[in-house]
Amino acid sequence: MALFDRLKEGLSRSRATMNEIFYMGGQVDDAFWEDLEDTLVMADMGAEVAFSVTDDLREQAARENLTRADQIRDALATRIAGEFTPRKWDPFDYLPSCVLFVGINGAGKTTTVGKLAKVAHDQGTKCLIGGADTFRAAAIEQLEIWAQRSGIPMVTRKRGSDPASVCFEVLEQAENTGAQLVLIDTAGRLHTSADLMSELGKVVRVTRKRANMPVKVILVVDATTGQNGLSQAKEFNDALDLDGLIITKLDGTAKGGIAVAISHELKLPILRIGVGEAIEDLQRFNANDFARALVGAGEGN
Amino acid sequence: MAVFSSLSDRLQDTFDKLRGKGRLTEDDINVAMREIRLALLEADVNFRVVRAFVSRCREQCLEAEVLSSLNPTQNVVRIVLDELVKLLGSTDAELQLPATRKPNVIMLVGLQGSGKTTAAAKLAYLLKGQGKKVLLAACDVHRPAAADQLQTLGDEIGVGVWRGDGKDAVTIATDAVTRVAAEQNIDVVIVDTAGRLQIDEQMMQEAVDIRDAVRPDQILMVVDAMTGQDIVNVVNEFNSRMDFDGVIMSKLDGDARGGGALSVREVTGKPIMFVSQGEKPDSLEVFHPDRMARRILGMGDVIGIIEEAEKLSDEKSIADAERMLMEGFTMDDMLSQLQQVRKMGGMRKLAGMIPGVDRALSQSGANVGDEQIVPIEAMIHSMTKEERAKPRIINGQRRKRIAQGSGHTVQEVNVLIKQWEQMDKMMGSLRSMAVGGNQRQMGRAMGNMMRNMGMDPLEAEKLARMGGTGGAAANRQQRRNNSRPKKKGKQKKRRR
Repeated sequence: MALFDRLKEGLSRSRATMNEIFYMGGQVDDAFWEDLEDTLVMADMGAEVAFSVTDDLREQAARENLTRADQIRDALATRIAGEFTPRKWDPFDYLPSCVLFVGINGAGKTTTVGKLAKVAHDQGTKCLIGGADTFRAAAIEQLEIWAQRSGIPMVTRKRGSDPASVCFEVLEQAENTGAQLVLIDTAGRLHTSADLMSELGKVVRVTRKRANMPVKVILVVDATTGQNGLSQAKEFNDALDLDGLIITKLDGTAKGGIAVAISHELKLPILRIGVGEAIEDLQRFNANDFARALVGAGEGN
Repeated sequence: MAVFSSLSDRLQDTFDKLRGKGRLTEDDINVAMREIRLALLEADVNFRVVRAFVSRCREQCLEAEVLSSLNPTQNVVRIVLDELVKLLGSTDAELQLPATRKPNVIMLVGLQGSGKTTAAAKLAYLLKGQGKKVLLAACDVHRPAAADQLQTLGDEIGVGVWRGDGKDAVTIATDAVTRVAAEQNIDVVIVDTAGRLQIDEQMMQEAVDIRDAVRPDQILMVVDAMTGQDIVNVVNEFNSRMDFDGVIMSKLDGDARGGGALSVREVTGKPIMFVSQGEKPDSLEVFHPDRMARRILGMGDVIGIIEEAEKLSDEKSIADAERMLMEGFTMDDMLSQLQQVRKMGGMRKLAGMIPGVDRALSQSGANVGDEQIVPIEAMIHSMTKEERAKPRIINGQRRKRIAQGSGHTVQEVNVLIKQWEQMDKMMGSLRSMAVGGNQRQMGRAMGNMMRNMGMDPLEAEKLARMGGTGGAAANRQQRRNNSRPKKKGKQKKRRR
């Protein structure tokens, strides 16, 4: 289980705190529940989710007579895994497809596009990259370097041009060249900026209208984001009707608890998670693995 | 306004509940403290910081003289405010750039995507505005095209960028500080570095190497306002490796509650020096802990408003203001005022700075968006020069033309003209306002302004009330003003 190990490594720090509370005496008492609550809050799961998970678990423990901390740990992992919305499809497998990447500034959209394109290209899929981030300085250059590295064609225009028209052109070229997977990078924007959000709405509308392949809109979220992640996801979902999530930068000490909250709240599947800088570190998401890695269940000791 | 708004909402609710009581019991305090704890947690304030903060507040609140004092709630508010200020840092922190060294060196560090490159350009712009000659050193050799980004931003604000060979970060930094700075007579070199994770040993070492090579006067850490609980680990690690001097909080223009901002100071003892909010190069502001604390508690940032206004008021606007007072108020004045408001960051930002207004708006669900400015602009643009200078000549015929020209209805034009009449009146009453704005007058002026922006009278009334006791009087005054022009209109019609 190389992937699971990698993920576990990424989440190792958060697990360390979990381990601490689960091994302390191993007795389930009030202090234990309080500690558990705190730990979940610390994992960015949000006070509300943390409290409700703890309360449920507490009831379950009483009902099923779970008295040892390690029993609770398994129950907790199952409970957290159940919070995620399951993935029914994967736009990077069901081809042809066109995927738009959206998110706030610095979430890791451009890097994610670069990595995903490389993976698909190496598997023999005919890819096309669209650089619709015509706002940020050097965003196009950044993506171009990714495209050149893996030898994937890219369509873009100069900085400051209309991103919707870039998308139009990208799709046109995809049809002409028979590209199977079209990945389009958009400019990062704060969800509170009404003008920029409606600009993005136009980009998505144009793309959906023009494309003769399924178009999916994916929100890229930085795992270090706190409770604001939920409000970001809500705004983007309201404006664009999102199809899925990608969580990046899970390789720090970030717990990525916000992923639980967003996936649950908005009923959106998580398609990929980034657990490291390397290209293979952008993995498929498995709710059980993630939850178990987060709480350190099933570790044999 | 968005900054900290949810946090301040929750705290306000808590205080409102307390305000209804003449005496507070220990239970009241406990309930309030629980609310505060939840509010802070939801704002991403670090868990340990919250614990310490709440227990400090509770301890002070439970002191006998607080509970039995004449106005216990006021005292609780004061205690929480004081603690918040302490948490955010009691004094404004300033950049320390010793005059004995040339060039001064500022180094920026932080996680990936926290906004270092943008912050570097904004900081350069700020220093340039202070008359310094600035050089940006592009030491992010890891992210593709990072140097291009800095170059583009540098070109936009007219600041030089040193890219070196684009390979070795230490060499680029050293060259910039020693050789290039001397050649170009540079005062300050800003070193932009690659984003790195605090647990990435190799990258952290690179940052240390750059630091040792250029010995920066100030190392600033750029922190994303939206970061969650993990911020504590991040800043701790960076602090122990880099020993940075201060923090730039980025992306504060979103609706992030900025709990990270509250935590950093407490965890590291390092001050927040700047906040960065917006896409434009001039959106880097000095961080004032006391004002931010007042804003979190919904107590407003009156000084902030005055400064905003001062930043924009050039000599021309002062001359304009005098002319308006002396010669009356034209449509052009109205337009330029609206545009001024927009320049200051729009109604929302302004409203967030005024005590109470923020809250009144959210309670009434009013939407004072900039979108209300747009139709007014369109209508004024459809007027002739003469009409703008002397709006009283706008008769029925002209109104119809203006409506058609701007794509609005005659009714809307009527409303606009009525608004102008009110503002014209207000300018008259301003003349009598001899010595400058106390809060009462502020609230009144603001209430009038809101109304002129197209808010319905009920909300304007609420706003006026928020401005203090004088607000109600202003409001009555306003209602009188409202009815007058109507009568006039009728009289005119009859005459015709």
